[in-house]
Amino acid sequence: MDALMLDGNAIAGLLQEVFAVEMTTALGTCGGCGATNAVGATHVYRGAGIVMRCPHCKNALVTIVKDETRAWIGFPGVRTLQVTV
Amino acid sequence: MARAAVLGRLTWLVAEVVDVVPETDGVKTIVFDVPGWPGHRAGQHVDVRLTAEDGYQAQRSYSIASAPDASRIELTVERLDDGEVSPYLTEELREGDQIELRGPVGGYFVWEPSQGGPLLLVAGGSGVVPLMAMLRARETAGSDAETRLLLSSRGWDDVIYRGELERLDGDGLTVVHTLTRTQPQSWTGYARRVDAEMLAEVGPDPTERPFVYVCGPTPFVEAVAEALVRLGHAPQNVKTERFGPTGG
Repeated sequence: MDALMLDGNAIAGLLQEVFAVEMTTALGTCGGCGATNAVGATHVYRGAGIVMRCPHCKNALVTIVKDETRAWIGFPGVRTLQVTV
Repeated sequence: MARAAVLGRLTWLVAEVVDVVPETDGVKTIVFDVPGWPGHRAGQHVDVRLTAEDGYQAQRSYSIASAPDASRIELTVERLDDGEVSPYLTEELREGDQIELRGPVGGYFVWEPSQGGPLLLVAGGSGVVPLMAMLRARETAGSDAETRLLLSSRGWDDVIYRGELERLDGDGLTVVHTLTRTQPQSWTGYARRVDAEMLAEVGPDPTERPFVYVCGPTPFVEAVAEALVRLGHAPQNVKTERFGPTGG
């Protein structure tokens, strides 16, 4: 366990800025183990950018790097993202 | 209202300080008036942005402590001595000062009175803040949802909202304290970190399928969530919110 680890709730504002909808209640299915979890329950690590990991198998789901005007969003490990529309 | 608050891009709003209330040593509640505030649900956050004269900006996320109430919101902030934002919020802000914030954000770690109970709320230190918003929303709505709050603090004087919790205790709400470092001489309550045995005693039983909310520092949340699942609580009913030392 990493004391610096947070969860998806901590980046709710950033996610809403990028996706323009509330994302912590969106459901993500891990491309590694197939577990489905709310984005708010994913494990979040912050360094130069943000990495969201599967709380079940720790697989990297989403990466976000942001500067003043742009965001680079990678989806290395998400099979599906279920968003309320 | 909930839908309007969920959809759409976030915009920065100007919030004016209307009061600063000391809670414990190093913890203060700041009351803001936020014209244009869209309303919030208990457990949601705001992002706070401070801008220095040279344009440098620092941004942090804080849980809202107050029940939904028109354009007024309260943040309870713990000062982290090496923090960038919390010392300013707790030491420098005065009535009439303005800061920028946006929100509400989040929707996962949320409880609404219409959801009912039973509820088990477990907090470490200032992790009580979003849970207090739930207790206040419960009170405001006149909800009688059976609720237990287990609050872990270092000492009796470190218990945030102590007086208000004493007042709210009853009417289906049971408040249980554990004091991990120092205890008053006559203390007969828990005096250790939250563990599975304590969680089993505080209840409710997993067979009652309570909605469980756990908030605190990451190691606290990890330990409590693991113990809860071991006791038989359904993982999908255990919602967690971790805050780390980077929150300052």
